[in-house]
Amino acid sequence: MLAANFLLLSAVIFCIGVFGVIARRNAVLVLMSIELILAAVMLNLVAFSAVLGTIDGQVFTLFVIGVAAAEVGVGLAMVLMVYRNRRSIALDELSEMKG
Amino acid sequence: MQTITTDNWLLTVGTFLPLVGVLVLIFIPKGEEQLIKTLGIVTAGATLAVGIFTMFRFDFGQAEKLQFFVDVTWIEVIRSNYTIGLDGISLPLYLLSMVITFLVMIYTWDNMPDAGNPKAFYILMLLLQVGMAGTFIAQDLILFFVFFELVLLPMYFMIGVWGGEDRRYASLKFFLYTMFGSALMLVAFLALFFQTGAESFGFAQLIEAGAGIDRNVQIWIFAGMFIGFAVKVPMFPFHTWLPDAHTQAPTQGSVILAAILLKLGTYGFVRIAIPMLPEGAKAWAPVIAILAVIGIIYGALCCLAQTDMKRLIAFSSVAHMGFVMLGIATLTEFGINAALFGMIAHGWITGMLFFVAGAVKHRYHTLEIKRLSGLLTQVPRLGWILGLCAMASLGLPGLAGFWGEFPVILSAYNPGFGLSEPLFRTLMVIAALGTVLAAAYLLWLYQRTAFGEPTEEFAGRTTHAVGAAVAPDHADDHHDAHHDEELRDVTVTEWIAWTPLLIAIVVFGVYPQLMFRVFDPAVTELVARLGESLNP
Amino acid sequence: MIAADALPTGFFLDYAWLIPLVPAIGFALIIGFGKKLPYRGSEIGIASMAISTVLAVGAVVQWMQRVNTADSGSGSAGGDGGALESVNGFARSVFPSATAGENGEPYVEPVIRTWTWWQNGGLEFGLGQHIDGLAVLMLSLVAFISLLVQIFSLDYVRGDRRYTHFFAALTLFSAGMLVMVLAENMVQIILGWEIMGLCSFMLIGHWWEDTANSKAALKAFFTVRVGDIGLLVGTAIIFFGANQWAIDNLDSHGFSVQAISAWALSGDAGTQVLLWGSVALFIACIGKSGQFPLHTWLPDAMAGPTPVSSLLHSSTMVVAGVFLVARLYPVFWEGLAFGPGGLNLIAIIGAITLVIAALLAFVQDDIKKVLAYSTVSQLGMMMLALGTGAWLPAVFHVFTHAFFKCCLFLCAGSVSHSGSHHSFDMKKDMGGLVKKMPWTAGAWIVATLALTGVFPFAGFFSKDEIIVNVGENGYTTLMWIAYLGAFLTAAYMTRATYLTFFGEPRGAAAGEHHDDVDAHTEEPHDEALVAAGHHLDAQGEPEPGVGHVAAARADDGHDGHGHDDHAHGPHESGKLILVPVVILAFLATVSGFTNAVPFGEDFEILKRYVEPRAAVVDLEDARLAIAGGPGEALQLIAPSAAAVDACGFAAPPDGAVCFFPAVNHAPFKWSKGFLALGIVGAGLLSAWLFCVAFYGRRDRRLVGLTDRFAPARWGYLFLWNKYYLDHLYERVIVRGVAYPIANAAYWVNQHVIDRMVDDSGRGTRQVGEFMYRNIDQRVVDGAVNASGTVASETGHVLQPVQSGKVNQYGALLFGAAAVAGIVLVLINV
Repeated sequence: MLAANFLLLSAVIFCIGVFGVIARRNAVLVLMSIELILAAVMLNLVAFSAVLGTIDGQVFTLFVIGVAAAEVGVGLAMVLMVYRNRRSIALDELSEMKG
Repeated sequence: MQTITTDNWLLTVGTFLPLVGVLVLIFIPKGEEQLIKTLGIVTAGATLAVGIFTMFRFDFGQAEKLQFFVDVTWIEVIRSNYTIGLDGISLPLYLLSMVITFLVMIYTWDNMPDAGNPKAFYILMLLLQVGMAGTFIAQDLILFFVFFELVLLPMYFMIGVWGGEDRRYASLKFFLYTMFGSALMLVAFLALFFQTGAESFGFAQLIEAGAGIDRNVQIWIFAGMFIGFAVKVPMFPFHTWLPDAHTQAPTQGSVILAAILLKLGTYGFVRIAIPMLPEGAKAWAPVIAILAVIGIIYGALCCLAQTDMKRLIAFSSVAHMGFVMLGIATLTEFGINAALFGMIAHGWITGMLFFVAGAVKHRYHTLEIKRLSGLLTQVPRLGWILGLCAMASLGLPGLAGFWGEFPVILSAYNPGFGLSEPLFRTLMVIAALGTVLAAAYLLWLYQRTAFGEPTEEFAGRTTHAVGAAVAPDHADDHHDAHHDEELRDVTVTEWIAWTPLLIAIVVFGVYPQLMFRVFDPAVTELVARLGESLNP
Repeated sequence: MIAADALPTGFFLDYAWLIPLVPAIGFALIIGFGKKLPYRGSEIGIASMAISTVLAVGAVVQWMQRVNTADSGSGSAGGDGGALESVNGFARSVFPSATAGENGEPYVEPVIRTWTWWQNGGLEFGLGQHIDGLAVLMLSLVAFISLLVQIFSLDYVRGDRRYTHFFAALTLFSAGMLVMVLAENMVQIILGWEIMGLCSFMLIGHWWEDTANSKAALKAFFTVRVGDIGLLVGTAIIFFGANQWAIDNLDSHGFSVQAISAWALSGDAGTQVLLWGSVALFIACIGKSGQFPLHTWLPDAMAGPTPVSSLLHSSTMVVAGVFLVARLYPVFWEGLAFGPGGLNLIAIIGAITLVIAALLAFVQDDIKKVLAYSTVSQLGMMMLALGTGAWLPAVFHVFTHAFFKCCLFLCAGSVSHSGSHHSFDMKKDMGGLVKKMPWTAGAWIVATLALTGVFPFAGFFSKDEIIVNVGENGYTTLMWIAYLGAFLTAAYMTRATYLTFFGEPRGAAAGEHHDDVDAHTEEPHDEALVAAGHHLDAQGEPEPGVGHVAAARADDGHDGHGHDDHAHGPHESGKLILVPVVILAFLATVSGFTNAVPFGEDFEILKRYVEPRAAVVDLEDARLAIAGGPGEALQLIAPSAAAVDACGFAAPPDGAVCFFPAVNHAPFKWSKGFLALGIVGAGLLSAWLFCVAFYGRRDRRLVGLTDRFAPARWGYLFLWNKYYLDHLYERVIVRGVAYPIANAAYWVNQHVIDRMVDDSGRGTRQVGEFMYRNIDQRVVDGAVNASGTVASETGHVLQPVQSGKVNQYGALLFGAAAVAGIVLVLINV
């Protein structure tokens, strides 16, 4: 079935993303990984939209793309600030958020 | 209610245009004062231009209908719509708010209050403008309430930050007092909504449905609205926030407060309380009228006891708004028309008086009547302007104040809908007495401040050559050298800011039809509808 | 529309509204550009008044033509009527054969034009003109007198620091009166009325550097304003009384003067409404026309420059009250029941004023104050006449009085300007001036004779007509009071004349200097001559042997601020001052012949052209005429054939209206004329003898009488203190009542109302604090704290999880998500 292929692909991308988020120390790479996760989700949405013949999923996708762009913007800005302050973007060194 | 929807983008643009200016201003660094002021003035000017364009597109032949009408869903959950429209009652007030804001901004160019920070000041004024204009176009109770409350906050900061010595007390009093009124008003709004079982908060619906409420319930709901609006007007005995707020507010704040904010209350009566609750209005009318007349006499008497010019003008507002409320309380075309005219005229005249008081304060650093004398010798033009405004304020025919006063007195002779004639006729005579007291305190003020020779304290100060270029550093240097400083007569900025008001006072005084023909159809319609529900 | 072309109007009648408009524009021009002009604005003022005068005189001529046409039409009734009937096809007689008496005279419709001024409740109210005989008479009078006064002022206030403003205010003043005179409706009357109030404030307080002047200005405005309550209330009462009737019957509204008149006489008007309306309006007249008990502002108003006093007292301002009564005569007629006779408010107030003001004039030392009280007294006379049904004599007296009173004031100004060194004190600074100032003295004496009513001067005719008519209408007591007034007038004017122009020169009139006042006595001779050179018309060289008084006595408390007067003793004034004075003196002599009843019908010009005809008019015609609008309201209205009873005595029949009551006209009686002359002569003679004895010879029997004889002293003190009315107003009412009340009100505001607000605020805060301390902190917060403790313990346990590392959080998140996903799948399966 057509949908299954898309879902499989999206699952793979998702897993890659999750791996990236958990394993990498570089903040930029973590951000990229998050993008991958989002891409996987969007792929799902588009796939279902195509299968069900409604347009909702695609509309949602457009929104998610927008939100993702904003989020990357904020994220990169934060990374930049972090880098300025600490001359490093290694995530395991940033542990002030612990309670 | 009939509506016309042509060009209905105009109102939205006119109301929210200042927000664009606010957005731009936010991104300009604080230090760029000239740029900030220019932008503020340009925004207000553009808003005014839209307003004037609106006026030209307004169909005066159908002033009783809501024009530029918009009705779109806003907050569906609470069934509130974005309903706006403009008729003959609101058009002049809507324009007045724009004109006053614009002129106040121009005035601020040279006369920034001591606390500085024009950026915040201009942003607040623009926000204020949105609130004021919005209140006058709103045709939905919730929308009205939002705009009504939106006005509060900028004014609170204006008094609290840029005010006089006692500003904290005054601003807090102003804020809390009005909030208190608003709270009751909101309860009344909700009660009205639920009692009518209307489908939305739109004025038109509530006016249709409101008359059907049981009389006793109407009276209670009206009581809530009454307190909310009466605080804003302010009516005796809810007026005590006003003198403090006026005395402490910066000149700009006083002008806006007197010229427009007070009108929100009276407008509320005409637009909301009376048409929606005819029985309640009829039951309350004698009370309103009595309180109004007490306000006239009482405000005038308090004026006579004042030693501070600005406080005197503030109390005179209580008296003048008493006339307006008396006109409204008669529930006749005559009275309401006159009251509306009085609202506008009071806006110009008292606004102008506060401007003059500000100018005096700026030059003499005091407003104590005892210490001031001989304005006509030292700053003759300012003295003449004060004279003109005092004359207008005491209701001299040929100047705008008369048309808000004389027809009101007239209308009280014959109140509408079976209201007690002996009561209203007595009130008429007392109100007429109020005009004498008005003459007394204004002329007394004028005689003491403008006539005579300057007091010794200021006698040595020379008058600056009239019309000479205003020194650019003028705004800064007045703090230090109080006594060596030259007294300037009216400056260029002041002329620009004041001339339109002065012209309006004279033009509308000489030819009031310009205004009456706008109000009259709408008011006639309003009273006719009252008649339908009160005398079925 | 019948006979639309029957009555000529012409340019001047159609455009009579220009008469006040020209000075109004002149005022604006003077304010705007006056200071830059070569004569600093005075030329605009004079030009505008001249134009107004010309227009007004044109209007007079055309009005007379209009009346003539109407009357001649009435004479050839048959032919005209028939022709018109055939034209119109109406079976209506246009000019029915004249019935006997006044009903037979055709009604001459005023020329009414209106423009919408304001609207309210769907009714449109106009601003316009209502030109009839009374209006044209007053228009020409006001414009002409204003013109003369302005010419006089050219020299009189020359060099004043507010020369331009002075002329501006003077011009606006005249405009105000003119607006009122041609007012078509009540609101317009109020407009003119109040503009005059404003201008009087500006002019009386012209030298406002001096507190006394500004206080006098305040007093004038304020006192008149007290009366204005009546005007506002009266207008309201009349409006609502007349409005519905006017709409129904005349397509007009309740402000229209014409409609109000018709309504008042229609018989449909409620008695109470008319009574209260007329009383209220008369209160306004009391304030404006200085009637007892509100007359006290008038003498104080003498603080203004003399031309102002002159204008104020002759034809504007104070006459406004009389004019208002005359204009709305039907309202007063019906409201106060003049028709049936009997005492009424107006007659009583008029009589009281007439006598008490005349008595006050005896104890004044200030020449202007004598004249001021004289004016008050004469105004009382006019009111008395109006109140007793003698409309025409009252108006006639307004007319003649304007000339001689204006002349007297200008003479007083001339004396102070050139004779007494800006002093108005007759006892200190005048005397014997007849030799130094022959022209002024001559004019003064002529005007005095006119005022006292000596044949053949103007006052004789007007005053005599008033007295005769008052008696004829059944008010015998009031007639004797009027005779008493005439006697008193003759006496006090003789006293003033003697003190000013005869006897020994005193003070400044004798050439003395006010060295004690002058700071610059040592100023060199040349400078004074140079200053004199500035006067274009300075007549006569300094008197030999008379010292030169220094120039520029700017501190002089009275007239003469800012004069750079040439300094020498008394001398005749310049031409610019004398010409108006002489013209007025001439008019004071001849104006009486405009209505000289003793010489028969031909001399009764005012009666024919000024007095509205008491004709019963067909309602339809009247409606058309009033509602005609601009330029169309020009119909001749014929007296209806149905006239049965005279207007004002019985309601007109259905379908007809009256506009003026049929007032009675007393025939002249030589007996009464001689009686009046005798009384006046006695007054003149006794006063003259007294003056010669008292002031001239210092007769010991008379001097010091007030010290020796207690009743005389009390009487003198009573008069000297002006009946203690000023004390009552200023000390008792204003200081004793108003200020304490105001202060009390303010105290209440601050300590009661505001206190409540503050206290409630404070109370709320205290309640809040109590709640916070006891309830919030202990009970609620206790509970919160307890739960917080629990939470914090848990937190400590979980703390290690919060590593702060994003990766770990991510792992936890996805781990949890995975677990959740698994759970979901399990459940669904």
